[in-house]
Amino acid sequence: MNNMEKLSLHPNLDCFAPATDAEKEYMVQMRPSTTFFKDGLKRLKKNKVAVVSFFVIILVTLSAIILPMFWPYSYDKMLGVNPGKPVDPSFNNLAPFQYGKTELKRMDAGEKVFPHIFGTDAQGRDYFIRVVYGARVSLSVGFFASLIVLVIGLTVGSIAGYCGGKVDLVIMRIVDIIYSLPDMLMIILLSTVLKSALTDLIAGTVLEKLGVNMISLFIVFGLLYWVSMSRQIRGQILSLREQEYVLAARATGAPGKWIILKHLLPNCISVVVISTALQIPSAIFTESYLSFLGLGVNAPMPSLGSLASDALNGLNTYPSRLVIPAIAISLIVLSLNLFGDGLRDAFDPKLNS
Amino acid sequence: MNSKTMMYILKRILLAALTVWVVITITFFVSRAVPGGPFMGEKAISEAATAALEAKYGLDKPVMEQYWTYLSDVVTRQDFGPSLKQRGQSVNDIISRGLKVSTRLGLSAACIAVAFGIVLGSVAALKRNTILDRGIMVFSTACVSMPGFIMGSFLLLLFSLKLGWVPANGTTTAGLILPVITLSLSPMANITRLTRSSMLDVLGQDYIRTAKAKGVSGLKVIFKHALKNALIPVITYIGPMLAYIVTGSLVVEKIFAVNGIGRSFVGSITNRDYPLIMGTTIVLATMIVIMNLISDILYKVVDPRINLE
Repeated sequence: MNNMEKLSLHPNLDCFAPATDAEKEYMVQMRPSTTFFKDGLKRLKKNKVAVVSFFVIILVTLSAIILPMFWPYSYDKMLGVNPGKPVDPSFNNLAPFQYGKTELKRMDAGEKVFPHIFGTDAQGRDYFIRVVYGARVSLSVGFFASLIVLVIGLTVGSIAGYCGGKVDLVIMRIVDIIYSLPDMLMIILLSTVLKSALTDLIAGTVLEKLGVNMISLFIVFGLLYWVSMSRQIRGQILSLREQEYVLAARATGAPGKWIILKHLLPNCISVVVISTALQIPSAIFTESYLSFLGLGVNAPMPSLGSLASDALNGLNTYPSRLVIPAIAISLIVLSLNLFGDGLRDAFDPKLNS
Repeated sequence: MNSKTMMYILKRILLAALTVWVVITITFFVSRAVPGGPFMGEKAISEAATAALEAKYGLDKPVMEQYWTYLSDVVTRQDFGPSLKQRGQSVNDIISRGLKVSTRLGLSAACIAVAFGIVLGSVAALKRNTILDRGIMVFSTACVSMPGFIMGSFLLLLFSLKLGWVPANGTTTAGLILPVITLSLSPMANITRLTRSSMLDVLGQDYIRTAKAKGVSGLKVIFKHALKNALIPVITYIGPMLAYIVTGSLVVEKIFAVNGIGRSFVGSITNRDYPLIMGTTIVLATMIVIMNLISDILYKVVDPRINLE
């Protein structure tokens, strides 16, 4: 290259030649780029404990949903009580795989009778289906309570975090106070009172079927349990909103709602998912605790907690009635906790450091 | 202690006082929301008694005036009024009687939980990834994944009904063994996990290596250098632990028939004894708030490195 060409303003045409094959190969991507979600999923799959707990949760949930559909007994049918006939006490307190008098007669006649796998309870109801139904109730209490916590916590937390200033100050002082309230005592107090206050209010509506206790449980969760979720979301948003891309969005004239929904919340998603997953077992615990105090789901609807606390009356004679729901509740809570921990390790690598 | 720490403590005390006030206010207004008022049982009491109660508590007066009276009664004289269902007894009598038994139960459970939790957690951390560590972790995971009342029932079934080692009735000292164990298991498991993780954290620090390099004996490193610092996070758990023990004792006392404050509280829920529910809620809530306050302040005072706010 001579000096004349160096000073020339003409572009060097060699720079615009088509790439050779060797150069092209250099640019080829070795594997498709991974997203945040795929990356987390990969880490989650490697965690054996979390995978096993995930399958346990799926198995329990599916059987709680499907089994009552085709099971020949229902959770509230007292087998010894038939319209037009005297009450048959032989159905009460059956041991596992035993049958009542009329069932034995039918079996002698050659009919097939579906076994009572866990026996029956003191009122002659099939215990297996009550446990399955109880698991369904406990799981749905956990799920919906967490959903309520999620919605309220997310809304309040993101508003406080995004607005900052006085709004944040006021919201956070309220959160501080609710946070330091002894939650269990407040729950007991509110459930006790709501129970008698709501009974007349919801008579005749759809809500009546759900039961007063269940509704007051949800109200209490909505009032008290959102605070830790909203604290976490706020903290996350506070750090995120100082990021450059938020400034860029604001500079291009994006409204606050857009920035919260499109930029800030998607980046909080791991915090949200993890704390929701860990909220479910704590809601199941709370429900079982309240059931024990007589403030849980309404009879005859069973929950795992109410089954266990009912079993205490005949503890010495029928210990299996306590053992079965106890194992079910521990299995569900344990696998939800382990899965939640696995989620946290997989989707929040920052926490690990 | 610098002025920043003093400010923090002052702020925390203010927040605690505010919380107690909120509890009293919620308790008052919530129980006034009950149809028929707080002094009304499910079974109607005689008209003369109703009138006497109403006159005594000024239920005919406006709600706000009643509220100020209740508030000043509670704050200045700690007077919660008479019990509805246990005639002739004041809520104060019932609470102070129950509190003696419950305090004994709760404090024993707390001491056991702290002592065993720290030992188990340190052992698990020092013997990391051995069978001993795994065993301790499995045990503590099992302890936190079962509701307290189920755990208590199992212990009752096994040790007093089947084996007959201890009485099932918690009125004697021997009968208090099972309730104490039941109450302490879950906090103990939490302390074990907490101690293990903070111990592992501390053992990886440079100053531990320095101490070892200087030739300090193994036991001295563990006790003087590692454990002392590893226990700081455990302090934060003291508040929640006492809250757990207070609420847990409600069910445990019911299962083992201990004559404590929890049992009378559960009883008052079942038979709608509103003055007793209100009084017990306020007393227990105040206890929990104070415990949380102490544990928070202790945490900041013990470790000056911790950033205030």
